[in-house]
Amino acid sequence: MGQIEWAMWANEQALASGLILITGGIVATAGQFAQWYLGAYSIAAGVLICLLEYPRGKRSKGSTMERCGQKYLTRAVKVFGPLTSNYYIRAFLHLGLSVPAGFLLATILGTACLAIASSIYLLAAIHGEHWTPIETKPKERPQVGGTIKQPPSNPPPRPPAEARKKPSEEEVAGVPGGGPQENPMPVTDEVV
Amino acid sequence: MPESAAAFGADLLSQLKGGTSFASSHPPGASGDLAPIPALVWPGMELSWLGVNLYLFIDTFCWYEEEESFLYTRVILGSTLAWARASAVCLNFNCMLILLPISRNLLSLMRGTSSCFRGPWRRQLDKNLKFHKLVAYGIAMNATIHILAHLCNLEYYHWSQSPEAEGLVAALSKLGNAPDETYLNPIRTFHTNTITELLRTVAGITGLLISLALILIMTSSTEFIRQASYELFWYTHHVFIIFFIGLAIHGAGRIVRGQTAESLLLHNVTFCREHLAEWQTAAQCPVPQFSGKEPSAWKWVLGPVVLYACERILRFWRFQQEVVITKVVSHPSGVLELHMKKRGFKMAPGQYVLIQCPSISSLEWHPFTLTSAPQEDFFSVHIRAAGDWTEALCKAFGADGQALKEPWSLPRLAVDGPFGAALTDVFHYPVSMCIATGIGVTPFAALLKSIWYQCCESQTQWKLSKVYFYWICRDPGAFEWFADLLLSLETRMSEQGKTHFLSYHIFLTGWDENQAFHIALHWDENTDVITGLRQKTFYGRPNWNHEFRQVAYSHPSSNIGVFFCGPKALSKIIQRMCRLYSSADPRGIHFHYNRESF
Repeated sequence: MGQIEWAMWANEQALASGLILITGGIVATAGQFAQWYLGAYSIAAGVLICLLEYPRGKRSKGSTMERCGQKYLTRAVKVFGPLTSNYYIRAFLHLGLSVPAGFLLATILGTACLAIASSIYLLAAIHGEHWTPIETKPKERPQVGGTIKQPPSNPPPRPPAEARKKPSEEEVAGVPGGGPQENPMPVTDEVV
Repeated sequence: MPESAAAFGADLLSQLKGGTSFASSHPPGASGDLAPIPALVWPGMELSWLGVNLYLFIDTFCWYEEEESFLYTRVILGSTLAWARASAVCLNFNCMLILLPISRNLLSLMRGTSSCFRGPWRRQLDKNLKFHKLVAYGIAMNATIHILAHLCNLEYYHWSQSPEAEGLVAALSKLGNAPDETYLNPIRTFHTNTITELLRTVAGITGLLISLALILIMTSSTEFIRQASYELFWYTHHVFIIFFIGLAIHGAGRIVRGQTAESLLLHNVTFCREHLAEWQTAAQCPVPQFSGKEPSAWKWVLGPVVLYACERILRFWRFQQEVVITKVVSHPSGVLELHMKKRGFKMAPGQYVLIQCPSISSLEWHPFTLTSAPQEDFFSVHIRAAGDWTEALCKAFGADGQALKEPWSLPRLAVDGPFGAALTDVFHYPVSMCIATGIGVTPFAALLKSIWYQCCESQTQWKLSKVYFYWICRDPGAFEWFADLLLSLETRMSEQGKTHFLSYHIFLTGWDENQAFHIALHWDENTDVITGLRQKTFYGRPNWNHEFRQVAYSHPSSNIGVFFCGPKALSKIIQRMCRLYSSADPRGIHFHYNRESF
């Protein structure tokens, strides 16, 4: 069933609002409608919002699907520290950005959507959520032979792995490939 | 394993959550791979949808661009009028369609009555949802065009009232100021702003509202959100109610205005547009009269809305119906078998039901293939714990090894269905070959049981005299209940002296070193070490050439029905085999690959 993190929905909504603002802004600027400078503003605001919202934050529980190519923007957004990771600030930022666009018809839908996104972010902030970047883990190189602590102590021919793995009190120590064997009591090896 | 739950919120919309993998009856990744897509049916649906959309768009566009009654409107607005109206018609069409694919009971009814909707059940569910999403994208695209075009229209109307506007544009905008004139331009003065004007009209307010509703629905329906919180997706989706109400009253303001027919007769548009100065004086150019276009969206969507309302009522009623659990069996491989009874429940082999457990989740309906035969007085499903919901269910029924549950403490279940196509064609052939891979074996459980009942316990002679069953499986451990079923069938058939009726071949395609060791040790025993059946398991994939050749030799001049449930790649191979081994002679052997049936 899963637990919703409100920020997830707020993020989608804000990204959509950014795109709507850009579209409305382009139409207003291209059509040179009255107050078209607000259209130019909307384009800029929309681009800023899209860049800010594109990198998805890490969920506190479970795995997060990254958006394609978001790691570059994640680095940029991370730089701003609490300005971007705190959702209260984001909520008010979005609210502020949406106000000027509300005076132009072409971008009024963008304003409404952004205002909704801002309120969802506020809800997320009240629930204590914050943005954490998704870090790519450095690939762990498997060390060849790192798990072999002791070479096999009996010469070949050795019994097959199955016989060696049989749960018994006397276990053969130093079985290669299975990790270091911890024996509850000292053992001697038994050649079958 | 992610929650491979096709969480059904009493609605096929729930499919949108888990994509195409369902809990327990299907392992993740077996998405929609149970049977091949009939090549002519599915792309046909998409293409015809696209075709109709294009036709409506282009036809309406051209009409508005050329229509005389809108000539004066075009003088002020230009092409954006046509863009707005064409996208509006497409919006009407798509909004009509969007509610249909998710009315599963309705579709089931239709499927029952006509044969053109037969298809593999899993495919049907996937298809419906894919179509719903496609239509939703269509709505989004047309809505964007419509909003942008009307945005421009409003600005043009506003500008044409400005002092800078002159000539015909200005004259047209002034129409309506005198008492006996009807207006063309809904914006009456320049000293206002377009936002205020928008919010003064019914169309404007409803338009804003329904755009917001659409955007909210779309942002909460992304796959990410669906998987994270199905509830959010489901509850937000209900904003569609506001959407449809707004859509129905969107055109009530009648602000798309064209010249009335009577006015066109009196006022010769082609002449008069050049002779603006003579409008009041010349007899040919009386003042043109305009009227608004009637709202038409409600006519398109009324039908589907009513049907969907009936669908929801039907689901609710089915939800209320009592389901009695008669038997709970917990199989060692983590499979829970439930025997249930419901009044008026009739099924056919190969169908599935949707089960809801309100105590676990009040929204999720999960599909499970029925594994009982229609002849039995109960219906059963086998549920494997493969995600949150199924694990919770298994726990609630005491399948995790705890103390036996009292019958009164078992959770209540709701069952909707059965849905899907029936596998009855098996009985129409004298010889049938049934091939299943992995999880695809579940519908065959019902089929085999049904075959058993029909052929061994009834007195009438059936056409079907031999069934070949092939099961290709990587991990038979998960299906040991099916092996049990085969074992019981094997015993009963040898009791009845009909050992040659069913010939089954199990192919194990995955094993590890331990298993291989174990198998080698017990190679010479009478019963198979993995399944306990008398017929030995084969290791590795079947050699289809060999299999088909054997069947062909044993039945030289019969019609053989081939039924397959598994991935597409294998279905192509099987189809090729069918073609290869069918004889050119009409009296010879023919393999009929049944795609539509199953």
